Amino acid sequence: MNFDPRFSTRNFASVGTRPIRPDGVDKVTGRARYGADFNMAGQLVGRVLRSPHAHATIRKIDTSKAEKLPGVKAVITAADLSDLTDGDAAMYDILDNCMARTKALYDGHAVAAVAAVDARTARQALKLIEVDYELLPHVTDVDEAMKHSAPLINDAIFTEGLEEKPVKPSNVTKRSQFGHGDVHQGFGHADFIVERSFKTEQTHQGYIEPHACVASVSSDGTADLWVCTQGHFVYRQHCAQLLGMEASKLRVTSSEIGGGFGGKTHVWAEPVALALSRKAGRPVKLVMTRDEVFRASGPTSATSIDVKIGARKDGTITAAEATLRYSCGPYPGSWAEIGAMTAFACYKLENVKTVGYEVLVNRPKTAAYRAPSAPMAAFAVESAVDELAKEIGMDPVDFRIRNAAQEGTRSSYGPVYGPIGIGPTLEAVKNHPHMKAPLGKNQGRGMACGFWFNFGGQTCTDLNIGMDGSVSLAVGTVDVGGSRASLSLVAAEELGIAYEQVKAIVADTSSLGYNDMTDGSRGTFSSSMATISAARNAIKVLRERAAQMWDIAVDDVVWEQGHAVAKGEKHGNLGKLSLKEIAAASGKTGGPIAGHSELVADGAGVSFATHICDIEVDPETGATRVLRYTVVQDAGKAVHPTYVEGQYQGGAAQGIGWALNEEYIYGKDGRLQNPGFLDYRIPVCSDLPMIDTQILEIPNPNHPYGVRGVGETSIVPPLAAIANAVSNAAGVRMSHIPMSPPRILAAIEAERAG
Amino acid sequence: MRYIRPLSIEDAVGLLAGSTGTAAILAGGSDLLVRMKGGFVEPDLIVDIKAIEELSEIRETADGFSIGAAVPCAVLGESAALKKAWPGVVEAAKLIGSKQVQGRCTIVGNLCNASPAADSVPALVAAGARASVVGPGGRRTIPVGSVPTGPGKTSLAKGEIIEAILLDKRAPRSGDAYLRFIPRTEMDIAVVSAGVNLTLDEHGVVTAARVALGAAAPTVLLVEEAAEAIIGRKLDEAALERLAKVCFGACRPIDDKRGTIEFRRKVAGVLAKRAGTTAYARAGGK
Amino acid sequence: MAGVAVSTTINGDSVEYLCQPDETLLDVLRDRLGLTGVKEGCGTGDCGACSIILDDRLVCSCLVLGAEAEGRRVETVEGMAHGDRLHPLQQKFLEHAALQCGICTPGFLIAAKDLLAKNPDPSEEEIRFGLAGNLCRCTGYDKIVRAVQDAANVMKGA
Repeated sequence: MNFDPRFSTRNFASVGTRPIRPDGVDKVTGRARYGADFNMAGQLVGRVLRSPHAHATIRKIDTSKAEKLPGVKAVITAADLSDLTDGDAAMYDILDNCMARTKALYDGHAVAAVAAVDARTARQALKLIEVDYELLPHVTDVDEAMKHSAPLINDAIFTEGLEEKPVKPSNVTKRSQFGHGDVHQGFGHADFIVERSFKTEQTHQGYIEPHACVASVSSDGTADLWVCTQGHFVYRQHCAQLLGMEASKLRVTSSEIGGGFGGKTHVWAEPVALALSRKAGRPVKLVMTRDEVFRASGPTSATSIDVKIGARKDGTITAAEATLRYSCGPYPGSWAEIGAMTAFACYKLENVKTVGYEVLVNRPKTAAYRAPSAPMAAFAVESAVDELAKEIGMDPVDFRIRNAAQEGTRSSYGPVYGPIGIGPTLEAVKNHPHMKAPLGKNQGRGMACGFWFNFGGQTCTDLNIGMDGSVSLAVGTVDVGGSRASLSLVAAEELGIAYEQVKAIVADTSSLGYNDMTDGSRGTFSSSMATISAARNAIKVLRERAAQMWDIAVDDVVWEQGHAVAKGEKHGNLGKLSLKEIAAASGKTGGPIAGHSELVADGAGVSFATHICDIEVDPETGATRVLRYTVVQDAGKAVHPTYVEGQYQGGAAQGIGWALNEEYIYGKDGRLQNPGFLDYRIPVCSDLPMIDTQILEIPNPNHPYGVRGVGETSIVPPLAAIANAVSNAAGVRMSHIPMSPPRILAAIEAERAG
Repeated sequence: MRYIRPLSIEDAVGLLAGSTGTAAILAGGSDLLVRMKGGFVEPDLIVDIKAIEELSEIRETADGFSIGAAVPCAVLGESAALKKAWPGVVEAAKLIGSKQVQGRCTIVGNLCNASPAADSVPALVAAGARASVVGPGGRRTIPVGSVPTGPGKTSLAKGEIIEAILLDKRAPRSGDAYLRFIPRTEMDIAVVSAGVNLTLDEHGVVTAARVALGAAAPTVLLVEEAAEAIIGRKLDEAALERLAKVCFGACRPIDDKRGTIEFRRKVAGVLAKRAGTTAYARAGGK
Repeated sequence: MAGVAVSTTINGDSVEYLCQPDETLLDVLRDRLGLTGVKEGCGTGDCGACSIILDDRLVCSCLVLGAEAEGRRVETVEGMAHGDRLHPLQQKFLEHAALQCGICTPGFLIAAKDLLAKNPDPSEEEIRFGLAGNLCRCTGYDKIVRAVQDAANVMKGA
């Protein structure tokens, strides 16, 4: 494979247009099949029994009564899922999270499961399972969990990353550090220093489709799994490993996915469904209830962050430091590490230091949520940046422009940046009419910046040309928000044909080589690269066939606008052969025409965004209203601009919810108080204004079209932008997310009281 | 479990009175089905009262209005006469749940669910509404406020059904209003709420007042001191401040996932003031 | 538990089914009748994904018993298009990219259809409050509101 991924300027015919998506009609007519919309003959209903306790030793589970209930076909506990992880600690944690082995570690932790002929029987069976728990003290707060007096969640864990190996176990699983220069010296050069502590509460991705799958294991060891997932190849690997199967014998088909945002990158119910099916000898459908989704899947980290930034009078930042504590749930993670990497990524800093602590708590295992860990770090840093600008007496946009990272800057987490978009988004915001619009009483404006790495990874694509000249494109990255449209545009662009001639599908795990999951904003970035590569390989074949048809040397055939063209004087009379003509003759020229691509998409360009928002605060109640919101973000190249806008708007809306109202509320008993959409308050239509977008295109040098991932960055700035707006409107600095009305009113009252 | 749809109120009462095990009345189902889904209740008998014709009507009588127990809240908003006479009651009923829930939920259901945060109840209590109760022992009429006795509990006896809510004919220069506080703009349960019902004399002086607070105590609070604080005066800035202060003091709320004691007390006062202002304007006060 | 026999009309067709007395209409539509365009996001009336029109009223089918549909008219997303001709709302949702993952789309389409039937010329605010019972986590609602506005304009002209 001599694929050259480097960017080169070109005029686009298809890329950048806005056609209707190929899966659209099925989705507006109700025909599209999501996780729970698939059924198999003889299928059973699976249900999971979950711990009502935050922390408890499981002394004994008696399933005998449930097994005797007529209609129950299988009951499983951890004993039915042998530990095959062979020392792989991360896999062991996944196994333990799927089905608690010795201890229930959070309210909602699975402890047993049943498969029965119908839902009612399954529900009754769960009630007949007797679990003997020995309650243990629990801890759900990230700061509390770090105290020496806190209950230990796992006494085999000793903090990693310390200079001296600790002698006592701890809930802090890891310390990580990033930065360069000497912050102590840097603060010494500062005329102004802002130092402040922040907290953010735990949120859930809030996808509307609960986790759902249908598993069918045959007695010959083969199995099928239909599931809503962001990564069916990864699910196959994990399920096969946990169940002791060969990966190739487990075919995983990704259904249409009803939202994921990072939350459908981990297996939970799928290994359980497979184990139930294996034991029952029949297909099993397992669909989580909304209550289970909140209690057992997702969520993001709760955090506690200290930030200190110093600057000279002229507005130059001299040093920046942050300590970030992120909850991981009851298993080790690297969430604070990611937060520590992203915290100051927007800025050009001589002296910077960030330290992250991963903290175990009795809450569900933390999962990725759209630019995971970055929004909380950005909230803390961008709040402090705003405050510092105010102290210096500088406009907050100008202050950021002065300190913005640029091409050649050494980032706070290590690498040196190529061409990047932070400066341009700030300039665009500075010149945006939104920044000049008048504000009324009790209204405030805030802005903030955000960064996300983006990811590439392993990708495999097949492009098959039919005898009629139409093209089927099989990709292995799950389409979470319109990527089949984008990838069809890319295939059409490369081949020089119409978008309508291309049909893209997401292939199952038996039909295509391995693909990493759709995370890290990689779907369109990496699969478009693989699609370009596959199309170029197909073009090579098309040229060969044309050469054969003309009986000339292949080197004399070039591909132009969907046609083979014979180059050179001697071929002047040959005219052109269309893709359709070459395809029609393929049976006689060597058979089917296809292009394949297997690659690791490197060089995902980093992404930056700057957001502006206006908020009105009711000073008597603490109620907030979002009046206006603007997103400016670099897309590298917007393949389907409408869906790029959609990503910007969707991320902003999720960020607004997080900033203002969404939070996991735990009682003193360690149980989740609000596992439903009534009291876990995601924004409704009437909560939001139109969300304006501005797409900047600073080409990614490592992609042929300049594409960067666009999916995640949009959730990074909102927490901070809204906090800055609320703080400006209410006249008091808000440092605790979500800024729910009781918190805002309390802050206003405290300020009034002096 | 059985599902029965009787055609008369007598049959419904008979079914409920004669039932063994758990019996549930189904009107809109927006509370009952949620509790069934969560496994909090598993009724042995469900009596669907929507086929009983007279329960599905809003009747305007010589005495006022009679709102049948099976009338969905969406229909309340479609009754011009009711909206004109009792705008506060209608706006409270229209705040329950979403458009989808509006198409099903009823004010009687809202009342009998006996949540301290029920939206329609403070407005009904402020309006002095009564409930017409039918049971094995016949009919009786009781004040709406006496139906809920605590969270999830009512004073209704086995076999009793509330067939209708009765609202008086309006005195001239009267107005009511209801406001609740929710963190979002829709789809929430009241953190705290206030209903105010006023009658004025021709000079704009308050002659009668009823002020009720929701989610401020285990049941809806009728704050008589709040009424006393504004009766005999115009509802000017000073009167409104007194109203807010009395409501603040009258609250006995709890800390929970939806709000704090401190927040509820403060906002109860603010809402009473604002609802009072609206009710005053509706009554023609200036 | 004895089943309840129900005769009803779904998307204009007469339908008969047997259901359990505690079974929701949502479960009947999805599991017994194969109308999986009606989605379950919460089962408690908080997300609107299971929205249907029941005798001209917008309701959550998760908050209706299957037994209650006796003698009534049910409309689901499957009944919106006429043959291969999409309803203007469906067409505008496609044109405006008013869906990303699409799981909430059937509920939004039904809610928007009900909204426009009752108010053919809604303001942006009326659309936003009219659709507040339907949760969407992907779009931030912007493109949904625009699609409904555009469909309203088309339908007024029709």
